[in-house]
Amino acid sequence: MNPNAVAARAGLQRARIELRQSLGSAQDLWSLLFFPIIGLIVMFMLRGNTVPGTGFSLGSQSVPGILGMTVVFNTMLALALSLTMDREDGTLLRAKATPNGMVGYLTGKVLGRAAAAVAGLLIALVPAAFLFEGLALGGVSSWLTLVWVVALGLVALLPIGAIVGSLSDNAQGVGFVSLPLMMLMGVSGVFYPIGTFPEWLQWIAQVFPVYWLGLGLRSAMLPEALAAAEVGGSWRQLETAGVLGLWAVAGCALAPVVLRRMARRESGSAVAARRQRMMRRGM
Amino acid sequence: MNVHRTGSPPGEPDPPAVPDTELAVETRGLRMRYGSTDVLHGVDLRVHPGEVVALLGPNGAGKTTTVEILEGFRRRSAGEVRVLGVDPDDGDEAWRARLGIVLQSWRDHGRWRVRELIDHLGRFYAPYATPRRPRPHGTDELLALVGLTDHAGAVIGTLSGGQRRRLDVAVGLVGRPDLLFLDEPTVGFDPEARRDFHELVQRLSGLEGTSILLTTHDLDEAERLADRIVILAGGRIVADGGAAELSRQVSGRSEIRYTRDGEPHVESVEDATGRVRELFAEHGAAIGDLEVHKVRLEDVYMTLVREFESGRRTEAPSELTEVAR
Repeated sequence: MNPNAVAARAGLQRARIELRQSLGSAQDLWSLLFFPIIGLIVMFMLRGNTVPGTGFSLGSQSVPGILGMTVVFNTMLALALSLTMDREDGTLLRAKATPNGMVGYLTGKVLGRAAAAVAGLLIALVPAAFLFEGLALGGVSSWLTLVWVVALGLVALLPIGAIVGSLSDNAQGVGFVSLPLMMLMGVSGVFYPIGTFPEWLQWIAQVFPVYWLGLGLRSAMLPEALAAAEVGGSWRQLETAGVLGLWAVAGCALAPVVLRRMARRESGSAVAARRQRMMRRGM
Repeated sequence: MNVHRTGSPPGEPDPPAVPDTELAVETRGLRMRYGSTDVLHGVDLRVHPGEVVALLGPNGAGKTTTVEILEGFRRRSAGEVRVLGVDPDDGDEAWRARLGIVLQSWRDHGRWRVRELIDHLGRFYAPYATPRRPRPHGTDELLALVGLTDHAGAVIGTLSGGQRRRLDVAVGLVGRPDLLFLDEPTVGFDPEARRDFHELVQRLSGLEGTSILLTTHDLDEAERLADRIVILAGGRIVADGGAAELSRQVSGRSEIRYTRDGEPHVESVEDATGRVRELFAEHGAAIGDLEVHKVRLEDVYMTLVREFESGRRTEAPSELTEVAR
């Protein structure tokens, strides 16, 4: 029995248990689905508008971007948040006190968040497919593209979440990240094609994975003709794989270092001190 | 075959390099300094296999710091430390598998069920099983031991404080540890939960030669549970011995309270009768309200705690009897 393999299998069990808890809790389901619900309602009301230069509904065009953003929230932000919360209540210290516990804990957290994010995406996709016309969801190639884009997106986003969660000492710290994330969402073409934005803004958007995840999903779910509305008039799938892949490699290289540094500083008195600070804030 | 002291390959018998007489804990000259403040000034602590030792002391004495160093959660500033024969700073996962840790501030896994968590955490210990110590502990057996059988399906967040701590003990024991740390295990308990918990620890102490190091600021708890009491104050060990032994150390003295011309006085002396005779000879009728008590360990300890907590004393006394002086 290889201890690390045992720990990884225990991590799978953690992922299963925590996923079941999430899908069985109204509060968790809401946090999983609030963004696509609100986003889809807004865009449903704007479905009469068209994508500039085409007759295609702006509402339908925004569906993949909204789903992509849902994945960003449910992986990066949710993982960061649950890491800080687990540090506050001692879950992480428990992992540290268990042999190979960190391996099991991280396996469980990452797989659990990934599964929850995919569940959230699929749950939101069902009403979207009925409400919005013109989505190209019939072909096998659509689904194949969806699978690789989402898979690569998860590998790119989860390490960022782990890093953000390790660097911020409490949930407020993670909240601090969500503001730039909102701004990034605004410039990343989630609701409106970025082809009409100033060029410098387009460049900023194209540095980050949010834009590429959205673009990849649009390439999977929208008719071929809509590529004309994108930067360069193409779906640029190669570039999508390239940029997401770079983020994934960088994240996977950096995250273990940051996580180890964070875990090293955990102790009983660190947990107790954080709890006291939290209680003082609460008063 | 390559024999590591702790990293024995899974499934193989305990390596012969670990003798039965290996100390569970041994520190020599352990020091800890935060910034410019010394928290531990050279602590020498030993815990023998199967022994229950209470680290007793007022708040801020350095108990938690000591235990966190032993658990490998904190790096010491200086001194020698061996826990199960290994320096905790170099402790690997096989070493960790031989420790059980029960903290006072754990609120983790509030949404999990009791049985789920014990089963989950137990799995990590399976690769470290040896013929003498099958790991992990069976979940049902463990639940029965800590008295949580009826709550096996309960969501952890709904447990009472006492039940929660018993779950923490079950988790601490799930890997069948050679050494168990209990940090202030009954803080915040009502008397009944306390009594239940004491019974649990007494049941554990005979178990499979598990050594237990518990911290507490309560002398009564230390006397009840421990084979040996180590009193830590101001970052130094001021007394070390069995409860009876420590009592004998201080009970040779008596405390005399009296007023002289209305002024209250307290003295701790060895020859109470002689001192009283002296007082009357010197001051005669000026002496009033005379009381003579045998000094008890409890009094000495309470005085120590009061002096530290009021800030009247910041340095540890060189020995326990000095406190009563």
